[in-house]
Amino acid sequence: MAVTAARSGQAATEVRTGIGAAVADAAIAAVIAFFLAMPILTYKTVEQVTSLQVVSRWPQVLVGVAAVFVGRLALNLLWPHLSGVRERLAWIGTKLRDAFFAMGGWRTVYGVLIVVAVGCSIAGQLSHNRWLDLLAIGPLIIGMWRRSPMWLLLALALFFPFAPGATRYYVENFGILVLIYVMLGWGLNIVVGLAGLLDLGYVAFYAVGAYAYALLAQNFGLSFWICLPLAGILAAFWGVLLGFPVLRLRGDYLAIVTLAFGEIIRIVLINWQSLTGGPNGVSGIPRPTLFGLQFKAEGGFADYFGLQYTSLHRIIFLYYIILALALLTNWVTLRLRRLPVGRAWEALREDEIACRSLGINVTNTKLTAFATGAMFGGFAGAFFATKQGFISPESFTFWESAIILAIVVLGGMGSQIGVAVAALVMIGGTEVFREFETYRMLVFGLAMVGMMVWRPRGMVSGRVPSIALGEAHRIGGDLIEEGHG
Amino acid sequence: MTSADPGPVLEVDAVGMRFGGLVAVDSLSFTAGRGHITALIGPNGAGKTTVFNCITGFYRPSSGEIRARQPDGRVNPLHKMPGHRICEDANVARTFQNIRLFAGMSVLENLLVAQHNRLMRASGFTIGGLFGLPSYMRAEREAVDLAKHWLERVGLVHRADHAAGDLPYGDQRRLEIARAMCTEPMLLCLDEPAAGLNPRESRELNNLLISMRAENGLSILLIEHDMGVVMEISDHIVVLDYGKKIAEGRPEEIRSNPAVIAAYLGVEDEEVEQVEKEIRA
Repeated sequence: MAVTAARSGQAATEVRTGIGAAVADAAIAAVIAFFLAMPILTYKTVEQVTSLQVVSRWPQVLVGVAAVFVGRLALNLLWPHLSGVRERLAWIGTKLRDAFFAMGGWRTVYGVLIVVAVGCSIAGQLSHNRWLDLLAIGPLIIGMWRRSPMWLLLALALFFPFAPGATRYYVENFGILVLIYVMLGWGLNIVVGLAGLLDLGYVAFYAVGAYAYALLAQNFGLSFWICLPLAGILAAFWGVLLGFPVLRLRGDYLAIVTLAFGEIIRIVLINWQSLTGGPNGVSGIPRPTLFGLQFKAEGGFADYFGLQYTSLHRIIFLYYIILALALLTNWVTLRLRRLPVGRAWEALREDEIACRSLGINVTNTKLTAFATGAMFGGFAGAFFATKQGFISPESFTFWESAIILAIVVLGGMGSQIGVAVAALVMIGGTEVFREFETYRMLVFGLAMVGMMVWRPRGMVSGRVPSIALGEAHRIGGDLIEEGHG
Repeated sequence: MTSADPGPVLEVDAVGMRFGGLVAVDSLSFTAGRGHITALIGPNGAGKTTVFNCITGFYRPSSGEIRARQPDGRVNPLHKMPGHRICEDANVARTFQNIRLFAGMSVLENLLVAQHNRLMRASGFTIGGLFGLPSYMRAEREAVDLAKHWLERVGLVHRADHAAGDLPYGDQRRLEIARAMCTEPMLLCLDEPAAGLNPRESRELNNLLISMRAENGLSILLIEHDMGVVMEISDHIVVLDYGKKIAEGRPEEIRSNPAVIAAYLGVEDEEVEQVEKEIRA
């Protein structure tokens, strides 16, 4: 019964017999396109010398609608004929795959890659051609990505500041920024991905950490390395304080209240002029030191090691601090997953009632997740403050929370590598394509839609069990709950 | 058991449960004997699961008391304990009518979550475990051994590393029992454990429950619609209808009780009295 229904549904969508039906369908698509395009495309404001003028662009809209009509019509008419082609393509695909595995599969590819890499590097040495050197690294990168993406990313992250072409601008605005978001993503991943608590106000803990360092340093003259743990502890404390009343809520209600909490923190920061400086923020936040060595022109790091002073030193130092902090977050999370508390978080995400029946204190377990996530947010905040040297409430808007949550969701909730890649794509992508600012949001939106269609559970869905008797089997994302707060 | 008999494992004393105007359970009293299998039966909507939820702390009864007696003589007032302490302190575990496994976690992980509190203490509340203290590693090995033991008992060792949600229905039922047993309870409350099982699985379940009672000194409280299971393995049966106890006794007594038959056949209350009169006459 269900099968026949599904089949007839398929038939209805795939085979549209008759020109009339095809035209009608195309007309509907065109109407939808028209209503979508009208408010977005039709009117544009143009700045004139003296005034702002509204320009209408009806021709463009009509051309777009016509294109949708023609395209949809062509698709409708051609679709039945295309099915044969698609079948043939699929057949060729399976044949190719069989042939690939018959020839040894990936093992052969690795062999070839190694030969190519060695060949290229020898050729590069002989001819002093830098491109051949790059070619030598390429196959290694591909091979490592297949084997273990985590180690590849780590290796790339470690060598990034010394890569050819890594200018100060790129290390600061690409490397450090991406790593801050990787760390924030990993921190939020504990709350959202593992414990399944939807937190829309994560930026509050980021702000607490940043202000904790800024104010402690300014008022008590404490150094970054003393303030870093303090900022984490304070953020965790605020996490517990927030969590206590809030965690009896579930799902949407929890999300709304955490969102409100994020806003409250920001508004308090704006209005508590005497302590936080209000909207003017806190400036002159001290830079971190390397065992007491400052990064300055005279008598600092460069002098001590007899190097030529450049401001790149400080940036690279900052880069390695945030890399270490992010890796610490990752290490702790991976350890926690294998400990009873981590398993309890995941069990909580799967079924809270069952947890209670097994004697797990649900409230405490949620609080630990909240506090742990908040602590890493606090670390990241302290780093942000020392990196910028200046913080103001403007850096801690809801938009930040949304981006961090988007990173976690796109990466695949609970997946460490997925979150890292998502942060790289989202934040790195934004920075790399800064010139195309107009279209960035469009591309971002399209990517989101694509994700929801093809990989609704994020780039890396599913999880590997934290413990196994024999060989661990990956558990598909469709079995895993998303948590309901 | 002779000199210091700790008494029945569970005493339900005049428990009432109201949801607004609806009286789900009305002044219900019964006891579950130590080392016995006690069955709670009754037509749909009789309030059996409500009683279970009161015993295991998911509901707080509107009136009355529920006491669990430990073998050492301690008495736990279940009716006023926080939900999660009931498993931990009173050693009462339960399963659910609609299976509640951690579907996205492996079978083994499910059984380790059940040993959460013991492992949590062994891991020094996470701090020690974070640095891999040997005492924690040992505790984890023991936990895995206990899990393996119960997987062997329910015949699921070969599925240990698979997702719990991937198991067939009957296996999920048995896994839920194994998970409850990993909390090392003295009283196990099973909410319709045979629902949806085929006759062979149902027979295996009977054997499992009987062997658990014999080998682990376990007391079992059971809600079940499958009369084959109930009559075969129960030591004592309590029959509920509309939140009231209408009969109590050994299986052979219940089988011939006219009020029970009337309740199951859906006869009106007046007719029950009539049936009873007829039988007495």
